[in-house]
Amino acid sequence: MVDATGERTADVRVRGGRVVEVGAGLTGDETLDATGCVVAPGLVDLHVHLREPGMEDAETVDTGSRAAARGGFTAVVAMPNTEPALDDPAVVAAVLAAGKHACCEVVSSGCITRARVGEALAPMGELYDLGVRLFTDDGACVADAGVMRRALEYSRALPGAVVAQHAEDPDLAASGAMHEGAWSSRLGIPGRPAAAEDVIVARDLILAELTGARVHFLHVSTSGAVDLVRAAKARGLPVTAEAAPHHFTLTDECCATFDPIFKVHPPLRTDRDVEAIKRGLADGTIDAIATDHAPHPVEQKERPFEEAPAGMLGLETALALTLTELVDPGVLTLADALALLSWRPAAIAGLAAHGQPVAPGAIANLCVVDPAVTWEVDPLRLASKARNTPYAGRKLTGRVRHTILAGEPIVVDGDAQR
Amino acid sequence: MKHLLAVADLDRGAIEELLDLSEHFLEVTQRDIPKVPALRGKVVVSLFFEDSTRTRISFETAAKRLSCDVMSFSVGSSSVQKGESLRDTVQTIEAMGIDALVIRHSAAGAPQRVSTWVDACVVNAGDGCHEHPTQALLDALTLRRHLGADLRGARIAIVGDILHSRVARSDVAAFAALGAEITLVAPPTLLPSSLVGWPVTVSHDLDAVLGETDVVCLLRIQHERRHASLFPSLREYTARYGLTVERAARLRKDTLVMHPGPMNRGVEIAAEVAEGPASVITEQVRNGVAVRMAVLYTLLGGAGGEPVVARA
Repeated sequence: MVDATGERTADVRVRGGRVVEVGAGLTGDETLDATGCVVAPGLVDLHVHLREPGMEDAETVDTGSRAAARGGFTAVVAMPNTEPALDDPAVVAAVLAAGKHACCEVVSSGCITRARVGEALAPMGELYDLGVRLFTDDGACVADAGVMRRALEYSRALPGAVVAQHAEDPDLAASGAMHEGAWSSRLGIPGRPAAAEDVIVARDLILAELTGARVHFLHVSTSGAVDLVRAAKARGLPVTAEAAPHHFTLTDECCATFDPIFKVHPPLRTDRDVEAIKRGLADGTIDAIATDHAPHPVEQKERPFEEAPAGMLGLETALALTLTELVDPGVLTLADALALLSWRPAAIAGLAAHGQPVAPGAIANLCVVDPAVTWEVDPLRLASKARNTPYAGRKLTGRVRHTILAGEPIVVDGDAQR
Repeated sequence: MKHLLAVADLDRGAIEELLDLSEHFLEVTQRDIPKVPALRGKVVVSLFFEDSTRTRISFETAAKRLSCDVMSFSVGSSSVQKGESLRDTVQTIEAMGIDALVIRHSAAGAPQRVSTWVDACVVNAGDGCHEHPTQALLDALTLRRHLGADLRGARIAIVGDILHSRVARSDVAAFAALGAEITLVAPPTLLPSSLVGWPVTVSHDLDAVLGETDVVCLLRIQHERRHASLFPSLREYTARYGLTVERAARLRKDTLVMHPGPMNRGVEIAAEVAEGPASVITEQVRNGVAVRMAVLYTLLGGAGGEPVVARA
């Protein structure tokens, strides 16, 4: 068993949705075998596109939450770039209602600005009253410094709220479709420079200092952004950051295939950036691993690179990629990896029922991971409605065996029970 | 060779074979009846997702002179907007029974993607800002006919919007493979952000390069680039990077002037220069047909097929 309090070997007894006993030799009416496995608090993903409402051909709350559960997640934060956007209490309430019967807890984010166009503030207080804590225009950057300043200031009246930025200056990123560098130059694909991310991170850190508000950076992908966040934390600013598995496992060289399965915003960067993300994860600069799970229908990803939508699946591969690419090579300990995937993101999003130590009284949101089993990613066997994983055919080590949501076995031996 | 997608995929030997074959077909195109039955019964489809006059006509002429059946699909960008995937489009066409697809597309890599979905041979007729391999081959053929079979040591200046030019990317790969020394001349805003791995030197000063070069390749300046603040005005561009009459007068007598077309006369090249004695621009167009015959023959005829040049 691994949680925020340390590691130990024990059985866990669950009753009435809560952990009631932790110790040796426990028995019960129903037993889940965890021999050779790690029992941990359920994973928490701060960054998931469930596509509902509006793009149900790509994913729904139901299918996306099933993918999450199979990936070991007991809570996900749904991003607001739906159609209509999550800028209205009625839309947020609909997502939360759909989440009631989902395979994990579905937490709604809320927009920073109306329709995510970066102008008028969304009704942050009304959304907060529905439980929204993470505000973002994800998919779009709040580019106007004045608007970002007001959003940060306003959020200070909402305890526990955090403003999360998709840090890519739209004028610098322009119509770029991949990282701007040696590969984009050679391939003739318009580039999105690392500077597009770095200038917004630098600016928003200055605005966080001005306003005293919490700021969170979504999917940090550049060495420059990691350095900026590290320096800001050293100055004591209330800043957090997340990184996506594709940004520590893939580089812009993948785009040489012209296969838009590798198209994502912010884009896959260079080896140097990948190393910087790993260092940032290892030294605590980056607080969370978040998938940016972004389903797209097959036909959308069969368009040419520049025309295809950006984004890739992540929920069912995140844990295994972390174990294979970070824990096995010794970049992270298993406990650090689980911290980045569970209790640290739970704290950022204010999710009291998740990421808690496995102890009597805790709500039984748990995952059971077999860290030794190897498997090959098969897009056709994913629970997600979409198939756009960039890892097809990749052999990974470590897989979720069981996921327990509020005491209910929601995934048993890898199979979703709902 | 199954497809022709990029010059970057070809080694020196493959380029030289195509150029040698092009010389043969150049002879064919100069006959009274410039047609051979080499690819009779083969079906070539030109699939242009982007407007083009010369490349399309050049490919279709080349295919007809090889006795291919030629089908021509005009695909407005609107059908892409309607949501038909590129894959559906090409698989529908392939189902009609075809041997080669000649594709132009506004997005880099589109022909490469298509080549993974169809059994037919795919020829890239220009993809976004990536490559335009037959243009580079015809440019190399034109140079070879003036400078000799070996381009080693030839100094070639490529001038203009390198950043957005598929011709520049293909030319650099072809000329470098054949041993030429390449200088890219452009304002920094019209150069790719990284030239790591490019076998070129860079200059921002056309006047400093002109007297030292054997060949000047000018690239089309697209008017809309001005709106992206890549340069202040066409007038300023011409003043600094245009091959004006005054600049052309300072070229060495044997320097060749090339342009892939279509030209903006008065912008990157003065009309008098385009029609002057140094210009080989119409020769490029003529050579284009022979090069495309060589490409189609190589892809569709294959080794051991019909004789390369049957007498008509």
